[in-house]
Amino acid sequence: MSDAIVRGFVPQAKARPPRTPETHYLNVEYGVKSWLLTTDHKRIAILYLIAVTALFLLGGAAATMIRLNLMTPRGELLPADTYNKLFSAHGIIMVWFFLVPVVPTVLGNFILPMMVGARDLAFPKLNLISWYIFTIGGIITLWAILAGGVDTGWTFYTPFSTKAARTNVIPTIIGIFISGFSSILTGLNFIATLHRMRAPGMTWTRMPLFLWSSYATSVILLLATPVLAMALILVGVERAWGIGIFDPDLGGDPILFQHLFWFYSHPVVYVMVLPAMGIVSEIITCFSRKPIFGYIFVAWASVGIAVLGFLVWAHHMFVAGQSVYSAQVFSALSYLVAVPSAIKVFNWTATLYKGSISFETPMLFALGFIALFTMGGLTGLMLAALGVDMHVHDTYFIIAHFHFIMVGGTVMAYMAGLHYWWPKMTGRMYSDFLSKLSALIIFVGFILTFLPQFVLGYLGMPRRYHVYPPEFQILNVMSSAGASILAVGYLLPLIYLIWSLFAGKAAGPNPWGATGLEWQTPSPPPPHNFDETPVVTSGPYEYATEEITDVH
Amino acid sequence: MSTNRGLVAHHFEDIEQQRDVEAFGMWMFLATEILIFGAVFTAYTVYRLRYAADFEAASSKLNVLIGSINTIVLLTSSLTMVLAVHATRAGRPKMLMICLLLTIFFGLTFFGFKAVEYYEDYEEALVPGLRFDPGEWAERSPPANAGHVQLMLVFYYIMTGLHAVHMIVGIGLLTWLVYRARRGTLTPARYMAVEVVGLYWHFVDIVWIFLLPLLYLAGTHRASDLHF
Repeated sequence: MSDAIVRGFVPQAKARPPRTPETHYLNVEYGVKSWLLTTDHKRIAILYLIAVTALFLLGGAAATMIRLNLMTPRGELLPADTYNKLFSAHGIIMVWFFLVPVVPTVLGNFILPMMVGARDLAFPKLNLISWYIFTIGGIITLWAILAGGVDTGWTFYTPFSTKAARTNVIPTIIGIFISGFSSILTGLNFIATLHRMRAPGMTWTRMPLFLWSSYATSVILLLATPVLAMALILVGVERAWGIGIFDPDLGGDPILFQHLFWFYSHPVVYVMVLPAMGIVSEIITCFSRKPIFGYIFVAWASVGIAVLGFLVWAHHMFVAGQSVYSAQVFSALSYLVAVPSAIKVFNWTATLYKGSISFETPMLFALGFIALFTMGGLTGLMLAALGVDMHVHDTYFIIAHFHFIMVGGTVMAYMAGLHYWWPKMTGRMYSDFLSKLSALIIFVGFILTFLPQFVLGYLGMPRRYHVYPPEFQILNVMSSAGASILAVGYLLPLIYLIWSLFAGKAAGPNPWGATGLEWQTPSPPPPHNFDETPVVTSGPYEYATEEITDVH
Repeated sequence: MSTNRGLVAHHFEDIEQQRDVEAFGMWMFLATEILIFGAVFTAYTVYRLRYAADFEAASSKLNVLIGSINTIVLLTSSLTMVLAVHATRAGRPKMLMICLLLTIFFGLTFFGFKAVEYYEDYEEALVPGLRFDPGEWAERSPPANAGHVQLMLVFYYIMTGLHAVHMIVGIGLLTWLVYRARRGTLTPARYMAVEVVGLYWHFVDIVWIFLLPLLYLAGTHRASDLHF
């Protein structure tokens, strides 16, 4: 541990080139069996990385087909049925098999135990089991989608999903139901780890902010996912039995399904964005060389978002036929969520202020997150207003809004986190030039794809149609052009990150000069993370408070 | 520490931390379970309030005698479960084995009664989609809405069915404990497995304690209705 952490230390000044340690978690064992039966959280994170990357590419392929079809007003490329199946597949794969799991299971699995100074998660076998559950659920869903498909959209609204749809609804539901248990077990594992596995001296207020946001995320996974499971059981039973509790013929209420569905599916939006916010908090402080501004506010903002997130679900149902009074209450509560979100954005900005900023690749992605998330959040406020929502409900305005949060927010932050911790995960540095280029391409491609959709939606183009009036064509072509740029931006990292495994320079334990326990151990880390259980004596972001002295 | 060698998994500091984490994990799993049942209880309550009279009419046709006997059976099984935990910690393997087997026995007894009940429900045409007579309900005085009655019955099967699935899992876990007890690996130092299964078993019992009033006691029952 001779080259342990040197806080505030600028890596370029290092005299000796960093070396990769002799044994680490990647080479301690070899063979397929050693991977498929591993209980090492780091290896399981890699298993998840492979699974979600494959699923992201499939979801992206569906999006590509959608955008190609929308190049022309009459949608010559695809028949209407196929189009319906494609946007359903895109939504289902991206929500349940990419956005929900991606940050917790890949980056969280890898980094969280190291951040708390533990040798593994609280339940290592459960962690492996949850990967298998995820994979089995994913395979079943993919099979359902490829062998006939499903055309209900990702929301499975009744009575369409229970009575009218003639597609693979039940297999898809079973796949999602199964993968839900993977979410629950991951959340359970994280909460147990954060409560009971922290290293000596790692108090709650010394935890890195990524851990606070992971904690809030895990609580949502634990408490919201079961409600989705039940809602899906009820849809499946009704469809299979031909009789059920959302059945209007019996006096059943389809709106009840929407309540149950959104009770899960709105909080789960915060499952997607909270860990992303945690990543950004880590990166902004590191590359500003400053402690986070208002640590305690940022930490509790995560908890606030998780709690308020449970109380706003019916803002998805403003035009579904609920009472005006409940619509007003849910509108007001939805405004409240903006408060903790804004606290975070303001505090990141204040952290940047007078910081010693360096524009490394993770920082570029993180800054992109702040810009795009802010736009997504502000348009969210517009949608929380009842009058505006009536006007733009079910239009491309909604599509643009949530893609700013999901893609501009979550995916951007995931890319930031992946580039930030990649040297730790693999022990290798990637191409500086190509990675910065891809950050730029993704940002430009994203804006070009989704900004026109705000205009389209405001002008009245409804979502989920495979044709549209000719006057919308120019904006749709802009959006499709942007999507092709975005695709290049996403494929580029796939190439240079894999390339870095073979040809990348050795990263050394702490290439960014970051604080945090995960940087105090070699890259890649040894199987048990730390040779000795670390003892924590200070807060998480002690940048610039110490002089640069110890340069060996 | 030395006495606990081999007990503590590699990633824990000591046995206390390990036991702590195991119980904590089960409590969190039960939190998830509460939300699973909570969702269907909520849905039920919505319709129970909206169609109160029809739900009461349907409830009065359910066999409250079997429901009550099963409640007693399950509560007794909770007692034997708790005694099993006590026996493990006290280091009494024979009592542990007896208690585990009794718990399984009560669990299976529950299923026996439940099977009789489901069969009777079928005989009395209380199975929507399979054997159900809407006319019978319209002719009652006061007449009940056959659609709403079916809604209630669908809930009855989903809720008791989900509970039964949990019982099957519980009996599976108990069988695993019997296997471990036979091999002598449930020692006072390794009592957590029994404790954690116990938590789960009690939870499944408590769910039934809610199902009884929600489903069976919602309607009126006369003394002449009490039969097998």
